[in-house]
Amino acid sequence: MSKKTLKFAFAGIAVMSLVVGACGGSDDEATEDTEAATEETTAPAAECTTPTPVKLQLQWFTQAQFAGYYAAQDQGFYADQCLEVTILEGAVDITPQNVLADGQADFAISWVSKALASREGGANIVNIAQVFQRSGTLQVSFKDKNITSSAEFKGKKIGNWGYGNEFEIFAALTKAGLDPAKDVTLVQQQFDMAGLLSGDIDAAEAMTYNEYAQVLEAKNPATGALYTADDFNVVSYEAEGVGMLQDAIWADGSRLEDPAYVDTATKFVAASIQGWAFCRDNVSACRDIVVSKGSKLGASHQLWQMNEVNKLIWPAAGGAGMIDAAAWDRTSSLSQTAKNLEGGTVLTKAPDAGAYTNDIVTAALAMLDAMGVDTTGSGYMPETVELLEGGN
Amino acid sequence: MRRIAYRSSMFVVAIVSVVALWEFYKIVGPQDGGKFFGVSILPRANDTAMPHVWTMLSRYNRPEVRGSDTKIWSVVLSGTLFSLRLSLVGFFMGTTIGVGLAVLMSRFKVVQRGLLPYLVMSQTVPLIALAPLVVSWGGKLEIGSFVWPRWLSASILGTFLAFFPIAVGTLRGLASAPAAAVELMDSYAASWKQTLFKLRFPAAVPFMVPAFKLGASGAVVGVVVAEISTGLKGGIGRLIIEYAREATGDPAKVFTAVFGAAALGITMSGLVALSDVLLMRNRPKETSA
Repeated sequence: MSKKTLKFAFAGIAVMSLVVGACGGSDDEATEDTEAATEETTAPAAECTTPTPVKLQLQWFTQAQFAGYYAAQDQGFYADQCLEVTILEGAVDITPQNVLADGQADFAISWVSKALASREGGANIVNIAQVFQRSGTLQVSFKDKNITSSAEFKGKKIGNWGYGNEFEIFAALTKAGLDPAKDVTLVQQQFDMAGLLSGDIDAAEAMTYNEYAQVLEAKNPATGALYTADDFNVVSYEAEGVGMLQDAIWADGSRLEDPAYVDTATKFVAASIQGWAFCRDNVSACRDIVVSKGSKLGASHQLWQMNEVNKLIWPAAGGAGMIDAAAWDRTSSLSQTAKNLEGGTVLTKAPDAGAYTNDIVTAALAMLDAMGVDTTGSGYMPETVELLEGGN
Repeated sequence: MRRIAYRSSMFVVAIVSVVALWEFYKIVGPQDGGKFFGVSILPRANDTAMPHVWTMLSRYNRPEVRGSDTKIWSVVLSGTLFSLRLSLVGFFMGTTIGVGLAVLMSRFKVVQRGLLPYLVMSQTVPLIALAPLVVSWGGKLEIGSFVWPRWLSASILGTFLAFFPIAVGTLRGLASAPAAAVELMDSYAASWKQTLFKLRFPAAVPFMVPAFKLGASGAVVGVVVAEISTGLKGGIGRLIIEYAREATGDPAKVFTAVFGAAALGITMSGLVALSDVLLMRNRPKETSA
């Protein structure tokens, strides 16, 4: 096989470099509009004369984690509220709460503990809707390692991402009475799950909606088939009682005095929750919306993600987006008590009362109730998603 | 002609040897990596860490995601071309700034003494720290109807890496004109400008070409890092980071984008080499001074 394939391959390289070279001179097209690809805007509804422009900063690239906002855009829910929403993607070095505090976005999506750390650092940002009611962080390990609870982390190699995404691990270790410095070996983890599969890590940090799916999309070299959930033990931090609040909508605190901004925020939250409710009831339609917005992740991976994200939002007993005081207090107290390897905590003191408000989401839910949108999802049932190799 | 044939055959030989080395290591290398006193030094040779060359190449001809008609080669190619444009913009801006600074520094010694330390210092600022800042500044900038496009921030970072070697190389080149020749120009009562264009620049070309090559690859590095860091859609840097996330299930995918970035670097320095050939075509070979 090798000789012929290789020959073909070299021809391929040669052709490719020729094509690249041939097109090289045309720098005059450099001004081509790339904004259109990055930032999609909704068309305003007819009866609305001057839609309010709104910029939303996401935490990461387009994926089903943010499906509700894309659905609200695609289905015209924002336009119905007379909003013209521009969704800005995140990236490696883009911190949504800083973009918001800088005034370059009107709203931002961020994890609560990270945003509170920015708030403690002087960024005046306020949580106006807690979209994800539950934490989606897991610690995944192979069955033969026998890690079924955080107490069994003792003596194991525990993967973590760092950059503020690791505090649930430390909270769980602290709760189990383990010393992060002595009782476990902490391993810095990459984007992918290769460390777990190759055995460098005994238990790897994973989000239910992303990295956990990645291991289930990988081929087990021993069997030639994909890994299944039966091959792994999963420790859920939410179930361990140390779950910290994650994706929430944050607003600019300095502008909350302005009634016009509060009005925009209420409409924005309402339309976003309407988008999430749409995604709860139309899982595959939302997958298609996200894929059409240019996500590079495969379709089955994206469907899995949509389904898992729905589980984090629905059912929402107090209404989607409502900030539950108990979960908030747990998050803020864990942020102050869970010590990482250097002995640091996310927060040095308790966040002040102005760090979150339920006023806006309450008004938004009232609007949605009047429109007949189901905002609690009490009858929500997750789907079963089958993953394919490579998430395709 | 013979030289070109020789050089292109050497290029092919170089690629073949890298491929052979890669596949050879896959045969003899330890599947799970080599450890020495608990520290892993030898990389893993398994298919996840090091996919076969033909797996990577055949990945080009399969769709990017299932159900889509777009083959991955066309995605990588358009990403590479997008980044090439940004790199060229960055490179030309870097050339303008670099050559401009070099002329200024060679004209006024006080500028050279005052500015050069800052230029050296500028290159010690880590690019990943600078990238989000440039994007943030750019986002705030509005001059009349001019709105800062996001891609321009990536080009600016390319400029940032490109201008320094160009400035230093050109400065060195401008100073390299033989003293006797400068005196001759002076005896003709030639103006500074005439000396610059008739003597100093032609003398500087041998110094400028390697500096431009460094600048060209610097522009590529700056653009790709900026794309990764700020997530600019459409470029090869963005593809690398998106495909890297899927390395668990589809390890060959990320390599397709990495090769695209490599092709980009080769193309850029190739363009400079080509311009070198064109520039030097009519120039008499210098007799050593």
